[in-house]
Amino acid sequence: MIKGLAPLAAGLALAVAMQLSAGPIIGPFAVKLLMDIGINVILAVSLNIVNGFTGQFSIGHAGFMAVGGYVAGCFTYYGSYLIWGAPRVQAGWLSGGDLLFVGGCLAGAAVAGAAGFVVGLPSLRLRGDYLAIVTLGFGEILRVMLQRTGDVVTSAEEVRAASWPTLATSLGGSLGFSGLPYYTDLFWVYVFVAVTLLVALRLKFSSLGRAFLSIRENEIAAEAVGVNTTRLKVRAFVLAAAFAGIAGGLFAHEVGTSLNPRELGFQKSFDIVIMVVLGGMGSVSGAVLAAIVLTLLPEALRGFSEFRMPIYALALILMMILRPQGILGLREVWELPWLRRRRS
Amino acid sequence: MNSNVTRIPTTIALTLALVSGLSGCGGNKPAEGGAGAGSAASPAGGGGGGPKPAGGTILIGHYGSMTGSEATFGQSTDNGIRLAVRERNAAGGVKGKTIELKTYDDQGKAQEAGTAVTRLITDDRVTAILGEVASTLSLAGGRVAQQYGVPMISPSSTNPAVTQIGDMVFRVCFLDSFQGWVEAKFARETLKAGKAAILYDQSQAYSKGLKDYFKKAFEYQGGIVTTEQAYSGGDQDFSAQLTTIRATKPDVLFVPGYYTDAGNVSIQVRKLGITVPMLGGDGWDSTQLAAIGKDAIEGSYYSNHYSFQEERPEVKNFVEKYKADYGRVPDGLAALGYDAARLLFDAMDRAESLEGKTLGAAIAATKGFKGVTGIISMDENRDAKKSAVIVQMKGGIPVYVTTIEPPQ
Amino acid sequence: MTKFLQTLMDGVAVGSLYALIALGYTMVYGILQFINFAHSDVFVLGAWISYTLAVGLGYAAADAEPSVLAAVGILLAAMAACGAAGFTIERLAYRPLRRAPRLNVLITAIGVSLLLQNVGQLKWFFGTQPQRMPSVLADRVLGSVAGVQVHLVDLIGAGTALALMLVLDRLIFHTRLGRAMRAVSHDTTVAALMGINVDAVISFTFVLGSSLAAAAGFLYAMKYPGLNQPAHATWVLLGLKAFVAAVIGGIGNVRGAMLGGILIGFIELFGAAYLSPHLRDIYVFSILILVLLVRPSGILGRAVAEKV
Repeated sequence: MIKGLAPLAAGLALAVAMQLSAGPIIGPFAVKLLMDIGINVILAVSLNIVNGFTGQFSIGHAGFMAVGGYVAGCFTYYGSYLIWGAPRVQAGWLSGGDLLFVGGCLAGAAVAGAAGFVVGLPSLRLRGDYLAIVTLGFGEILRVMLQRTGDVVTSAEEVRAASWPTLATSLGGSLGFSGLPYYTDLFWVYVFVAVTLLVALRLKFSSLGRAFLSIRENEIAAEAVGVNTTRLKVRAFVLAAAFAGIAGGLFAHEVGTSLNPRELGFQKSFDIVIMVVLGGMGSVSGAVLAAIVLTLLPEALRGFSEFRMPIYALALILMMILRPQGILGLREVWELPWLRRRRS
Repeated sequence: MNSNVTRIPTTIALTLALVSGLSGCGGNKPAEGGAGAGSAASPAGGGGGGPKPAGGTILIGHYGSMTGSEATFGQSTDNGIRLAVRERNAAGGVKGKTIELKTYDDQGKAQEAGTAVTRLITDDRVTAILGEVASTLSLAGGRVAQQYGVPMISPSSTNPAVTQIGDMVFRVCFLDSFQGWVEAKFARETLKAGKAAILYDQSQAYSKGLKDYFKKAFEYQGGIVTTEQAYSGGDQDFSAQLTTIRATKPDVLFVPGYYTDAGNVSIQVRKLGITVPMLGGDGWDSTQLAAIGKDAIEGSYYSNHYSFQEERPEVKNFVEKYKADYGRVPDGLAALGYDAARLLFDAMDRAESLEGKTLGAAIAATKGFKGVTGIISMDENRDAKKSAVIVQMKGGIPVYVTTIEPPQ
Repeated sequence: MTKFLQTLMDGVAVGSLYALIALGYTMVYGILQFINFAHSDVFVLGAWISYTLAVGLGYAAADAEPSVLAAVGILLAAMAACGAAGFTIERLAYRPLRRAPRLNVLITAIGVSLLLQNVGQLKWFFGTQPQRMPSVLADRVLGSVAGVQVHLVDLIGAGTALALMLVLDRLIFHTRLGRAMRAVSHDTTVAALMGINVDAVISFTFVLGSSLAAAAGFLYAMKYPGLNQPAHATWVLLGLKAFVAAVIGGIGNVRGAMLGGILIGFIELFGAAYLSPHLRDIYVFSILILVLLVRPSGILGRAVAEKV
């Protein structure tokens, strides 16, 4: 099912198909929801590597998303000024502008991964819960730092004259990094979704994944059989942070989003954690399912206004009590018993 | 184990190689996002699902914070808009059609604001958008409106960046640059203040912007800003900042935050024995300011879009109707919501069609519109050039002090 | 000098409130090993109940006569009500998950937090408008030391907090019930084998923590009378800082929580007064990371090796 490059090719084909056909068929609002879903899938699946596979508890995922978003935004926004003289979308699909955007996303992933290493290394040496508080603290520190950044530079001459450190700290402050070109489309979202899913699935069924799971099941026993727990925990954490960085880059360049410090705080992190737990800790397809459900649910409830959040909260509590293992538990969709029986 | 460990990065590398290889080939299909920017889906156009039956109605959308920590902003604005819609429909509607209003809650979150506006435009197919109060949210929503070519009027976002988004975004309120100047002028000339201290909310772009403009204007007019202290919106304890402020012995204390914080600030200001007058911006405008601040807020001044005590007929008429419908005195946000909606209807009357570009041009051409909050003319930046009033808190209500006209 | 004394006094006043809230976190963590995210919402609930009672008793009127008796009554009533709320929350939401993974309990706690927060915003409860807590106590300036005014409200706030902490300390270290709590916190299974009713002890812990949160809520509302239900982020952040206080003091350690609370109050206020008010939220979390690096078990905590 997940061997070789076939699934990746399938994912790419799907992404291309969506890109070409989805817009005219389902309309722009559905396209936006599909992109939101895709970004949430990347976030949930990547956090699942830390929270689900290794059983650690990170609640600062939105912080890494912010790091990735701001780095990618810096790349495309100031990069566009330097190259084309204006931060407009350039030429369309798979040409210069797109490459700058993807480069920005990957740079965002790299910086977010590095941030993950810095945050994770000290706290992962300690007991699990400390990671939770430190990641939260990291998110808060990041928020205050971003609020203190200067206004976005808005003319080509000023951008050319400014030094790199100046540009890197001109991120809009509390107003948010506004004016980023809209590069995110279904193709890029689902290319990265495919990559994330593939990495997560291959990881889960590899020996490294088993080592991750052993940490989750019993850290002391894992250590006793020779698993270097700290190193693996940090590795999982960095990987997850890097994917969150990519999601941040996609988020930053999507229509109708806003890259500002208040948005990517602990509440966004909570949302992602909820997706992971709802889907089933350690289940990749469960995280996907939960990301879809939890992106669509608030939209479906939008008409209920003040009852929207109480309903959501109540559903969450009931779900945890009635089905504590989440929708799928550790299993994947194709491992469900009734699907298996049918197949054989 | 080791062999598999090394396979993971290989997978990533392969994937990336494949992706970049693909992009190297260069697609020749047009980009979804890129195309959307230029061709601008008109409200009735766009994808599948088919156009909704127009019937005899014109749908307009409002997005606002109906819940969340600035809920009164959204609720007041919505009340004002609804009043205008009812009035207009009773008078026969626009172009013979009934106006229908659809309001979405954005919980005071920018992400939600963006999604709500996208939904209003692409799913509900509204003709025009009204909203938001907070500048950060108007920026998120405004960029979407601009992208799809649907006109948006912000009733009360005062940050200059909002209308800089593009030719589809308008506002009916004054700008922070003007408001900061008004308050500096009032502090210098009427209060005769030589030294001002500032306490602002660093988490709100509105507060930070207003602070910057006030400081510039105040220093330009010969005053001295003794210290700039900051808090984060929702903070409850300001003692450290106020202790520093007290030591600088200012003549006036400028607090350009929202009413939720201003009330709390005033209590602690008086408790620390600082007796100088406080000065605030239009973010102070709420009945809850007096409810929280009580005697501590008495005697403080703030600039606003209008005062319900003004003698102009538009104001009297509006206040009377609003009181009859909602049972309370309208605040500035309700008045701006009312004005934004009425200005939109006025532009619809003048526009040949309700298509985005045409309607936008009609709004931009608005000159001398008599609103509750003053005479509104759109300038070349799609901002309203108009006067501001200064009110003083006396006996729990904001009492009209003076009107300050924009410099010619 | 004036600035230093003023900051010192404010630090104690703010810190003692952090300490009261931190106690709830540390006790629950000591027994169930999870961060009770709903704790800060119980605290806010306590503030609102105090507000409702004070308004109900007619203290919103301008000519209301402040009375110590009414203040004590409101305090006790709010503590009782929040104790009941804490009991209910534990019974309905947390107990069914006793054997579930800790992460599930945590999500449930976030769910309870969201529920309390958003139900409180409905117009049948506290609404979305901020309200002013009526002054139940007369606020007088008691005296002035080097230009610093000492307010009665601050003194009563810190005094009540201190008294409650002493009572709690007595309860935990000098009663049978306290011994049972310490036993459960040490090892649940063994405690159960020794004949301790673990469920009852856990319930009692929640009641205790929640009523302390309510007391903090009342004192908080006295000191900062503007109550704003929808300002969710503010309350979560406040709760987080209290939790950080518990961690710095040594999680699971009651005396550590008190010490940590006062410490956090000082760090925050001295940082804001002498370094920069812009970075206020950063100080607390920077100190947290520093403590975790240098002394992960907290100031008063003992390093315990994980049981096999």
